[in-house]
Amino acid sequence: MPEASERELTFAQAIREALAEEMRRDKTVCIMGEDVAEAGTPFKVLSGLVEEFGKERVLDTPISEAGFTGLAVGAAMTGLRPVVDIMFGDFITLTMDQMVNQAAKVHYMSGGKWNVPMVMRTTMGATRRSAAQHSQSLHAWLCHVPGLKVVLPSTPYDAKGLLKAAIRDENPVVFFEDKMMYKLKGAVPAEDYTVALGVADVKRVGDDITLVATSSMVQVALGAADWLAGIGISAEVVDPRTMWPLDEKTLLDSVKKTSRAIVLDEGYERYGVTAELASVIATGAFYDLDAPVKRMGAMHVPIPFSPPLEDVTVPTEQTVFEAARKLCGRS
Amino acid sequence: MTTAAQPTGTSEQVALWHRMYRQMLAIRLFENQVNELYTRALMPGLAHLYIGEEAVAVGVCEALQRTDYITSTHRGHGHCLAKGASPDRMFAELLGKEAGYCKGKGGSMHIADPTTGNLGANAIVCGSAGIATGAAFSAKRLGNGQVAVCFFGEGALGQGVLYEVMNLAQLYKLPVIYVCENNLYTEYTHFSETTAGDILARATAFGLEAAAVDGQDVRAVHAEAQRLAERARRGDGPAFLLCHTYRYHGHHVGDINREYYRSKQEEQTWKTQRDPILNLRNWLIEQKLGDAGTLDRVSVEIEAEMKKAVELAIAAPYPSTDQVEQDVYA
Repeated sequence: MPEASERELTFAQAIREALAEEMRRDKTVCIMGEDVAEAGTPFKVLSGLVEEFGKERVLDTPISEAGFTGLAVGAAMTGLRPVVDIMFGDFITLTMDQMVNQAAKVHYMSGGKWNVPMVMRTTMGATRRSAAQHSQSLHAWLCHVPGLKVVLPSTPYDAKGLLKAAIRDENPVVFFEDKMMYKLKGAVPAEDYTVALGVADVKRVGDDITLVATSSMVQVALGAADWLAGIGISAEVVDPRTMWPLDEKTLLDSVKKTSRAIVLDEGYERYGVTAELASVIATGAFYDLDAPVKRMGAMHVPIPFSPPLEDVTVPTEQTVFEAARKLCGRS
Repeated sequence: MTTAAQPTGTSEQVALWHRMYRQMLAIRLFENQVNELYTRALMPGLAHLYIGEEAVAVGVCEALQRTDYITSTHRGHGHCLAKGASPDRMFAELLGKEAGYCKGKGGSMHIADPTTGNLGANAIVCGSAGIATGAAFSAKRLGNGQVAVCFFGEGALGQGVLYEVMNLAQLYKLPVIYVCENNLYTEYTHFSETTAGDILARATAFGLEAAAVDGQDVRAVHAEAQRLAERARRGDGPAFLLCHTYRYHGHHVGDINREYYRSKQEEQTWKTQRDPILNLRNWLIEQKLGDAGTLDRVSVEIEAEMKKAVELAIAAPYPSTDQVEQDVYA
């Protein structure tokens, strides 16, 4: 038997454990979405929850994303803590009025009188051969809206701690899970812990270049860092973990130390998260930079179905390795 | 269509009718002041006046408890007042003052007040249908006997989310009442040009209890709202109440020349023959439940209250600019 502290869970199991713990702790926490109960979602992330908590708290809804998200906003204002499940991140388009015009603004518009403690869990990520309407990473849209918090966990440990913090938060929080990461394993303590929103994490310490990476791109950055080590380049990998609130200090401290940065995110590169993070770095660490900040995100195309086409749309260990080598002046 | 029950004249009922008269008048005189503020260029932005539709807000809200929930619309002053908001803080909000219900951050279209169960007026047409349904979901789950009322104009019938939440409300048997105020005009367009088929059938298709009522008859609105609220409170599920009413003013205070979409004669007919306040007043006098002198005094009293409230709001300070970043997050 491994030590308790070395217990490993998959990313999906960590999400499920966070939900189960919070539902046991707080009777007002409930889950709603399509096929969340007996089916446990198509990704089986929620398997077993309905058996423990019943159909009243793990609520199967019609295919009405706007309707049940709106219902969750009202429920959150009046005493419940709903966790809404939007099966594919592409479907957040259907919830946008509820999230952008309602959930995000209720607290401000009411002068702080009402608030919306809800979580929207949804997915992101390409390379699953799901084509253009089931593969997008649209988190940047929500980062653009004051009043929302946006979380992008990259490890099972972070997923559990961040989700528990999101559920306890008094604000609407959107929680993006990379579909390709559900089977990723990592150490997850069995005990109750949270990871505060707004605190970045250095996933690998290095001296020569900072790879700022989110969600699915953290594993890519860590892989690229191994390759870089092979040619004598020491890469630091920094995961902001939450897009908003954003821990600018940890990013800047790292870049001030290394003097070079690549920002990696699976969302569209144009007008996306990489642009914002690169701007933060370029502004805050201008005098420490030895090279322009490099951005790497998804290509500006609808995600294609055909595997060789799809694979070139997102950064890979190979492309990150090459970009980092070039930025460090190695040929 | 339901018509008002004949008076039995219990003292409780008589008190209710007088209270509803007073409330309708308060909304009318509040809105007259708003129009005045706009005309005198004292109000930033615009306002959407509820004049003509007072019987709907008052009839429905008088059937609710203070702890019951409402959601309102861009034309929401009447709903907020009928649910118990105080005119001075309403005026202050309309003027963007710190003393307003939302510290001046919401304005005319976003009055919200937890102390009266007002989840907020909403400037997205049909924007609060989800919220009201969610409040009913909480009420059922928490078992506290509350009912939620979602006010919306017939323009909201064009929004798909309404049908999503009516389906959800019926599936989960939620204590929510969708109150559709058909004031005939979707902004500047007659509703017949935007609304196909039978409105009530849209609700009955989902199995909701549905009723239509003369929205100019406050007693009829109240009677029907009370029936539907009691039903919802008993756990019998959601309902849809269609109120036929009329907007005396334009879509907003700046919509002055309206003849391209409706005639002055049409407006005049509603104002003289179907006015909810005038008709209740005449009926109370006819039934010898009130006399002209007393009813006139009510009007004078409220007029003075409104003037005082608006003066307070005009004199109140604006929020300091350092408040701009407060309240983004809880």
